[in-house]
Amino acid sequence: MSASVEPTLDNLQLVGREQVEDLLYREAELLDRWKLDEWLTLYTDDASYVVPSNDLPSGRPERDLVLIDDNRVRMEARVERLNSRKAHREYPHSNTSHQITNVRLRPVSGGLLPVKAEFVVWRFRNGREDRYIGHYEMLLVLVGGELKIRSKRPVLAMTTLRSAGDVAIIL
Amino acid sequence: MSLLDDHVAVQPGVGVVDEDLEKQRFRVHRSSMTSPEILQRELKEVFERCWLYVGHTSEVTSPGDYVRRSVGGRPIFMVRGQKSGEIKVFHNTCPHRGAVVCRADAGNTKVFQCFYHAWTFNTEGKLTGMPGRDAYEGGPDFEGLSLREVARTEEYRGFVFACYDPDTVDLATYLGGAKEYLDLVVDAMDEPEIVRGSNQYSIDANWKLLVENSIDGYHGPSTHDTYVKYLISQGTDLKSGAGAGNAGIDLGNGHGVIEYGAPWGRPIAKWDPLFGKDAAPEMERAAAGLTARFGAERARKMTHTNRNLLIFPNLVLNDIMAVTVRTFMPTAPDHVEVNAWELAPRNELPEVRAQRLDSFLTFLGPGGFATPDDLEALESCQQGFRSGGVEWSDISRGMGRRAKHDDEEQIRAFWRRWQSYLDGGNR
Repeated sequence: MSASVEPTLDNLQLVGREQVEDLLYREAELLDRWKLDEWLTLYTDDASYVVPSNDLPSGRPERDLVLIDDNRVRMEARVERLNSRKAHREYPHSNTSHQITNVRLRPVSGGLLPVKAEFVVWRFRNGREDRYIGHYEMLLVLVGGELKIRSKRPVLAMTTLRSAGDVAIIL
Repeated sequence: MSLLDDHVAVQPGVGVVDEDLEKQRFRVHRSSMTSPEILQRELKEVFERCWLYVGHTSEVTSPGDYVRRSVGGRPIFMVRGQKSGEIKVFHNTCPHRGAVVCRADAGNTKVFQCFYHAWTFNTEGKLTGMPGRDAYEGGPDFEGLSLREVARTEEYRGFVFACYDPDTVDLATYLGGAKEYLDLVVDAMDEPEIVRGSNQYSIDANWKLLVENSIDGYHGPSTHDTYVKYLISQGTDLKSGAGAGNAGIDLGNGHGVIEYGAPWGRPIAKWDPLFGKDAAPEMERAAAGLTARFGAERARKMTHTNRNLLIFPNLVLNDIMAVTVRTFMPTAPDHVEVNAWELAPRNELPEVRAQRLDSFLTFLGPGGFATPDDLEALESCQQGFRSGGVEWSDISRGMGRRAKHDDEEQIRAFWRRWQSYLDGGNR
């Protein structure tokens, strides 16, 4: 987070759309620049990153088949994999562009700030052009005066994954 | 051996598979992977003639339950009849003027109504109503204008198959040596079901590259290095699977399997640090139950042995760190659409189900730590074919010995059968 916003972040109720957008745009930039270790610092220690199946957007990982169900440990393993030269689908890395719009804040509840936003993620590599379209469902928290991501759930609007092939990148 | 030295003129689909027992050489002409003419022959000689997987009985448990599928490139749907309670598979087209009558992926219904002219069919396929029936002299031909079932539909232990050739052999005969491997999966789960949610993706590669990849033990350590490293980082003992099998087997009729000791955990009852300490007692209990029911040897095969099973031509059951059911269909020589599901015991404890689902995702699926790299490998092969210069792919590994799981005998079994279908055989 930039130093300029930190002093205002002592009360989650006072966090506005601008601060949330700053966080989302910063995440997008880190992902697009493949600064994945830094990307992890935006998340809490008990974070989760879940991508449900295209045909079951309401899917729950403990009960249903989803595409990705990472806790913090698995997120770190995913980053380690993508940073290596052996994640063949993403070596060399794709060019990506994470684009975020329609950011909506919901009322704070239980120390968590629910956020929804629409996304389009473009991926270009080796002649392939893939796009992922959907919305993020996120829960944000304040940790030591910093706004962090407790959970992120990209829900795909595409009815199948055929146009993208896989989700080897982080959405 | 230099592949570059071989210049053999090949007619589409003829002599594509070249086996030379004297030289211990098995090779496949790469036109099989790139030729539109060969794909046309495959559609006619393979996909119109073989038994193809439609779905699982657990997806349509109640009368009126249905799922919509594309099988062999044709839109069809499977429904459990409200009256008969039996599963039927219908061509998804109105006998009137053609519109599809099943327009959702899954659901439960009393009738299928074509929205175009509001003809109504019951779940047994029978035409039961239409607006303005007095316009037909003597009344409409309700029998002749009912939904059309596919030529053949049969089930083996919950797996429903269809065939568009009315003269084909029965499913049990067709499955042949593959049945005992399906039995191992089904018996170990008691009552399997398809988990909600599916993987529907695609690969810019020939469909037979996915056949090869699905039963190829050779590529594991190299392609999936990051997965192996992940397991090690989580405390998995990679030697833990030693002694639980190592074979590549031609099961006849084009089916094939690799069997090998699981280096990773298996939710059916091979504990691994990934599952957590608390999971161990329940897994020991499950393993003891299987031993009591099936004997020590068969039970150990269920718990400790991985199987990657190919049912010719396009069904894969991988019973590995979870069980995936995968089917696929080409839309072009260099494009294949893949549908995959997860199979699990219906009656397992919620915490065991959660571990199973988690185990699946470590390796499998478009977001797993391994499947995306398989996609990359297959697309890489397809790109390599475009380079030309090399006409044949070599599939000789392990010829002349009892094939191991990382040999290619089970892949050769597929290709031999494929060639005989393209030659018009197996009638």
